[in-house]
Amino acid sequence: MNVLVGLGGSDESIKTLRQTIDRTQDVGDDLTIAVLEKPESKRSQDEMYEEATDLLSEAGVDADLVRLEGDPGSALVDHAEQGEFDQLVIGGGTLSPMGKIQLGPITEFVLLNAPTTVKLVR
Amino acid sequence: MGRARLYPDEPSGPFPSPPSTIEDREGRDIEIRAPGELTTDLDAVVEMYDQFDPTDRAQGIPPTGEDRIRNWLETIADESVNVIAHHKPDGDIDVDSSADSDGEVIAHAMLVPDADDPAAIEDNGDIEWELAIFVLQDYQQAGIGTHLLKHLLGHASDVGIERVWLTVERWNNPAIALYERVGFEASGTESFEQEMSIRLE
Repeated sequence: MNVLVGLGGSDESIKTLRQTIDRTQDVGDDLTIAVLEKPESKRSQDEMYEEATDLLSEAGVDADLVRLEGDPGSALVDHAEQGEFDQLVIGGGTLSPMGKIQLGPITEFVLLNAPTTVKLVR
Repeated sequence: MGRARLYPDEPSGPFPSPPSTIEDREGRDIEIRAPGELTTDLDAVVEMYDQFDPTDRAQGIPPTGEDRIRNWLETIADESVNVIAHHKPDGDIDVDSSADSDGEVIAHAMLVPDADDPAAIEDNGDIEWELAIFVLQDYQQAGIGTHLLKHLLGHASDVGIERVWLTVERWNNPAIALYERVGFEASGTESFEQEMSIRLE
């Protein structure tokens, strides 16, 4: 399967990438990692790109790594639409102090606009 | 932990403080009180959530199954601020204050601090508090939610809490209307959840 994973710069993104790398190893998917431009995140786009590179080499997994500029939701959906992807993977939300699942506006945009199957990682 | 949220400039209140006994629109006597610690009432509250209809869950809470409910409540119980509503048994004037005579718990509302280390909170006014409220299905649409919400905010004000926020599913118009009635205003970005906030006197 041809998988595209979209990453902001949050801890949720790191978890999403780790799980996707594990899955790639188990089933031999083709993986593309898109690092999004999300200035308000904990990690900058450059830091996230580096961290993704490190995680890939630690796991010994080969993947395409791209930077997407502009609005993160639409850039990711656009990239998914242009390529031959079977699945788009994004983080599955954060938990509030109360334990409520919270999905952000990027998640909502991707779910409502992506032409591919979308996987939310929890 | 969370980013700074926006709050209305004008404070809301005053709100009533627990304990109170109110009569709901079905003529039932409902007692609202604030336990010092949720742990003292934990079993009765777990039982309420165990009876809660899972079709009314919101954003993953409450969990289902007694063990998961207990685990969820124990995780957030420390430092949380709670009000509990009991349906008092009819015509039973009972001076015995044992838990059984209170009647069953039929609603629960709480505030959980948005803090990395809740035990280290020095001033409740420094922290933002997340609100949630649940009313058992047989007791919904009887005005209990409004009373319980007001008493939670009154109790919060008594213990120095100033900023309260919540998220609600964007399509849940009855809940949004209830929150607006007591003074909550929409804040933050809209997505599947609407964030709302209130400032207390």
